Amino acid sequence: MNARFPLIALAVVAVTVSACKPPAAASTTPTPVAANPDSAAVIAARATAAATARAEADARAAREREAAAAAARDAAARDAAARLEAARVAAIANARTAFATVIFFAYDQAELTADSRAVLDAKLPIMRANSAVRIRIGGHTDERGSDAYNVALGQRRAAAAKRYLVDQGIDAARIDVVSFGEERPVQVGADETAWSKNRRDEFEIIVGGETIRVP
Amino acid sequence: MSRPLVLRPLALAFALCTTLLARPATAQEGVRIGLTYAAGTRPGVYILPMRGSSSDSVRAIVARNLDFGDRVSVIVADSGLPLTGTPNYQLYARVGAAALLQFAENVGGGVNVVLHEVGAARVLQRRTFLVDGPPNSPEWRMSMHAMSDEIERWITGVPGIAATRILFVRTGTLWTVDADGANVRQVPGVGNGSFPAWHPSGRMIAYTQFADDGSQILVRDLTTGTARRASFASGANFTPTFSPDGKTLVFASGLDGTDLWAVEVNGGEGPRRVTVGRGTDNASPSFSPDGRRIAFVSGRLGRPEIYITDSDGANPEWLTTTGFGDQSYRSDPSWSPDGRNVAFQTQIEGRFQVATINLRDRSVKQHTIESINEQPSWSPDARHLVFTSSRTGNRQLWILDTESGRLRQLTQGAIARQGTWSPRLAVPK
Repeated sequence: MNARFPLIALAVVAVTVSACKPPAAASTTPTPVAANPDSAAVIAARATAAATARAEADARAAREREAAAAAARDAAARDAAARLEAARVAAIANARTAFATVIFFAYDQAELTADSRAVLDAKLPIMRANSAVRIRIGGHTDERGSDAYNVALGQRRAAAAKRYLVDQGIDAARIDVVSFGEERPVQVGADETAWSKNRRDEFEIIVGGETIRVP
Repeated sequence: MSRPLVLRPLALAFALCTTLLARPATAQEGVRIGLTYAAGTRPGVYILPMRGSSSDSVRAIVARNLDFGDRVSVIVADSGLPLTGTPNYQLYARVGAAALLQFAENVGGGVNVVLHEVGAARVLQRRTFLVDGPPNSPEWRMSMHAMSDEIERWITGVPGIAATRILFVRTGTLWTVDADGANVRQVPGVGNGSFPAWHPSGRMIAYTQFADDGSQILVRDLTTGTARRASFASGANFTPTFSPDGKTLVFASGLDGTDLWAVEVNGGEGPRRVTVGRGTDNASPSFSPDGRRIAFVSGRLGRPEIYITDSDGANPEWLTTTGFGDQSYRSDPSWSPDGRNVAFQTQIEGRFQVATINLRDRSVKQHTIESINEQPSWSPDARHLVFTSSRTGNRQLWILDTESGRLRQLTQGAIARQGTWSPRLAVPK
């Protein structure tokens, strides 16, 4: 854009110069106009050109200021959008964390504790806001009971969580339940620290996890 | 030649109809089971030197099998020349031998075996056994095991259990090991397998396969390597067992509470529900040898206990009612092949121990005390149990002679569990 300014300035000078020609041509005595650098016409032409250049420079500066301001506005908008996106991602991550939070059980029990019900309650908004999401609840046990009976116990643990969610209005068809018995411990060890971590239900989104909406 | 002087049908009927201890005594006038020796003792069997390249292996395998059978005392001659002519029976009687076992490589292949009865100073049995495969191959070893089992039957009236294998779980895969602890092999094609069970033919197995979306029952043909799904529902499907006639597969299945279900092995009728648990856990079925009843674990009283039901689900009955142990956790029943006992695991001072309950008088016998011992499974002789023990620090399979209390470790190395004893896998040829 700025490359055009010299051309326009030259054109203005040319027009001005040619406009001054007729009086000179009309003169009977040949006047060496071009030979006098300080003639009025030349001075006027120079002044006009200088004024034009100044105006152009001013306009250019104004445009640059405008462009810088626009860029700043864009950057601010982008920052705001990024902050919003980050907040959204964080909210989804929080939602996923809340969703994935495991619940724990007492030895040889499949009863939900008050703590477990609170953890399950935190999953309800996500389930309600994402009706396309389907989940799987996996029941697990510690290593102490019978290998076989533990598969049955894990199944009842998963089913207990499902029953609670369904009682809160979640469609039963959206929840699968499986048991792994004692086959998939999160912590290996033969003490209560390990055992208590392994007696659990895990929650996994199996359909619709990519487009989860935050309630 | 396979059953001279032995009245097998009578012996079987005798074993099934009475609860008396098995005794190698005269059953009928003029008919004897095995050789003559004092009841309740282990007759000495003297294994004579043998000539030939495979002699050490043959004698070592037979000696170990007879020893592991826990019914005879084995005396192995270290060295010396093979016996020629008539043995000096009185000499062998003085070292405690009730029987002499004489091996020779057969010219046309196989092994010639002669069993001498020392007390009667005569040859009791004589036979050529055919042998599969090259020496020390799995097939050759199985031929030796089948031969040993027949020799044990000659001596005691009861065949041995050497020609069997134990199927077990190690790091999510299934393995077999010969009953003498040798020949450990992975069952090909099985991932995330648990709760294995033998088909009575020994040619098929069933097991549970865990996946992210639940567990299913698979039936695998060990000969062809093909597997197919036998369970019919999502959720938990586990602890399969075959009926003694091999036609029915029973396993636990459920989404919220589990019940026992029966399916036909070759398709046919649809699934049939066996137990009515009403949301409780019912699992680990084990058939009585006549196929008419099933022992299983149920949580219907609020804790795992052993029950027995007719195989159609009628007449469920609580078996482990008597006071023993912690009375809080009994599971993993295994019905003995002679029908007399159910082995199971019971918590004692918070740890599982292996016990048996006599079905006639409901008396309970605790068989283990050291560390944690669980998952008992009977051998075909209804006398030995394979079980999982933590006594060495990690879980391994052990074998117990329930009559003498003698123990031996079957597996070494990585954790081995859920051992299940095969039926007899080979007959002498």
